[in-house]
Amino acid sequence: MDVNLTTHLGSLTLKNPVMAASGTFGFGHEYSDFIDIDKLGAFVVKGTTLEPRQGNPYPRMAETPSGMLNCVGLQNGGVGHFINDIYPGLKDCKSTVIVNVSGARLEDYVKVAERIADETDIEAIELNISCPNVKHGGMAFGTTCEGASSVVNEVRKVWPGHLMVKLSPNVTSIVDIALAAEAAGADSLSLINTLMGMAIDIETMRPKLSTITGGLSGPAVKPVAVRMVWQVASKVGIPVVGLGGIMNASDAIEFILAGASAIQIGTGNFVDPTTTIKVIDGIEDYCLRHGVTNVEEIRGAMKVN
Amino acid sequence: MKKYNFYAVVKSVRQYPSGLLHLILGHDCMPEMLPGQFVEIKVDKAPVLLNRPISIFNRTENELELLVSPIGVATKELCNYKPGEKLGIVGPLGHGFSLGFNSGSKVLLVGGGVGIAPLYYLARKLKENNVDVETIYGSRTAPDKEICAMFEAIAPLHVCTDDGSAGFHGLVTAHPVFSATHDFVQVCGPKPMMRACAKLTADLDIDTEVSLENHMACGIGACLCCVEDTTDGNVCVCKNGPVFNTKKLKWM
Repeated sequence: MDVNLTTHLGSLTLKNPVMAASGTFGFGHEYSDFIDIDKLGAFVVKGTTLEPRQGNPYPRMAETPSGMLNCVGLQNGGVGHFINDIYPGLKDCKSTVIVNVSGARLEDYVKVAERIADETDIEAIELNISCPNVKHGGMAFGTTCEGASSVVNEVRKVWPGHLMVKLSPNVTSIVDIALAAEAAGADSLSLINTLMGMAIDIETMRPKLSTITGGLSGPAVKPVAVRMVWQVASKVGIPVVGLGGIMNASDAIEFILAGASAIQIGTGNFVDPTTTIKVIDGIEDYCLRHGVTNVEEIRGAMKVN
Repeated sequence: MKKYNFYAVVKSVRQYPSGLLHLILGHDCMPEMLPGQFVEIKVDKAPVLLNRPISIFNRTENELELLVSPIGVATKELCNYKPGEKLGIVGPLGHGFSLGFNSGSKVLLVGGGVGIAPLYYLARKLKENNVDVETIYGSRTAPDKEICAMFEAIAPLHVCTDDGSAGFHGLVTAHPVFSATHDFVQVCGPKPMMRACAKLTADLDIDTEVSLENHMACGIGACLCCVEDTTDGNVCVCKNGPVFNTKKLKWM
């Protein structure tokens, strides 16, 4: 028996449901000594902004129980650097390349999306309206329905390809934000971005991160993420991509059973650079064990009665 | 240099009187590694998420040696590993110390505390290249005889202690050997010590490299957590370092 892992996210077809998450996978080549990048369903490249950004000062990372905090702050070379220096090296990649688009102002998101549309053959972008580490940016759009609606609406006008919108968990009702993004033209939703957190070094009495607060990721956030994916997938009509603390295939399957069409692996890549490939293989094994011939059969298959 | 993700077998775990832990790990085909590079180790037995970056103390055909200061949850757990058990390794990672010196060049190595670790493999390789190498080892109190003997078997070793219990009583920068007679200086230790060395070598006009140990997550330049402010902007210590020429650093 063969298992069909082909995954459909509306207009976008992936060879399997496993993606590497933005900000954890560089531009792919960082992992090429460890895995065959071409085997991934997709990988989302580092958050790209209109202008180059140096990010936040060091220290940017603190390990916490079953998780880590970061406040990298979207360090990247800007969209011009991506198009001129990075994109040529990704053209022949046999896995789907998704560009994470970030910004501080609405017009920045639009300009970045426009340039990617005009100057590359990239099929999909992930609109990051949920970065907790940039002042006046990112998350400001992702924490209100009006903000989400306006940025998705404007980008939709210039971006003809697949438009994935990455949601913040730092909201009262993620379902309301999800519905607003869907209504504004999103093709799919990815969730969750990091949860706002902080940690203090009690000996020095100083915060462990230069920006005091940062984004929490890793196994610690997984139950929150699974809950949010389940809530959102039950209410929207577009595909949901689940992420948050996925370290192995069991974690990934939990998200799929909760309603995710695909999943992303972030912090898990830091613990084992081959995690993505192990998850792909593990999902296939699970399907074989359960007599499932197509991975899409188990999407949202959680039994409640 | 190709990076690997593999399990090595613990061959021996030895704790010296100072508390430093000397691990010898075996693998049938131990990857090539250069002095100053590091590995990330998965301490499966400890309740931590991330791998621990540890410098390379020595590497031979089938063995990798690590010298670790057991001060955190994960490094303390390393003391409990037994021969025959496996330890996950990702590496080698980063860029190491310069090795391409002319035969007969005078190179000074300066280590402080557990920062001595990467200098042993470095001293070995420099000696193989016929470099005239000597080492200053700064320590709070008398360092472990076993470690000193390893260095002395390769090249002259000058011990400095804060309490005067062995060798020269004072800071590494005050040691008479630390002078303008050297062509190059390579340092690993606590940041204040490395800064003091860098300031002195700037005055003496000697090219200097230091090895940084910023907190890191991925170890391969993907997460951008371990950045250092340099003349090229924020760069990853794990990928662009951990060894930097002091002229590149903005810390001076």
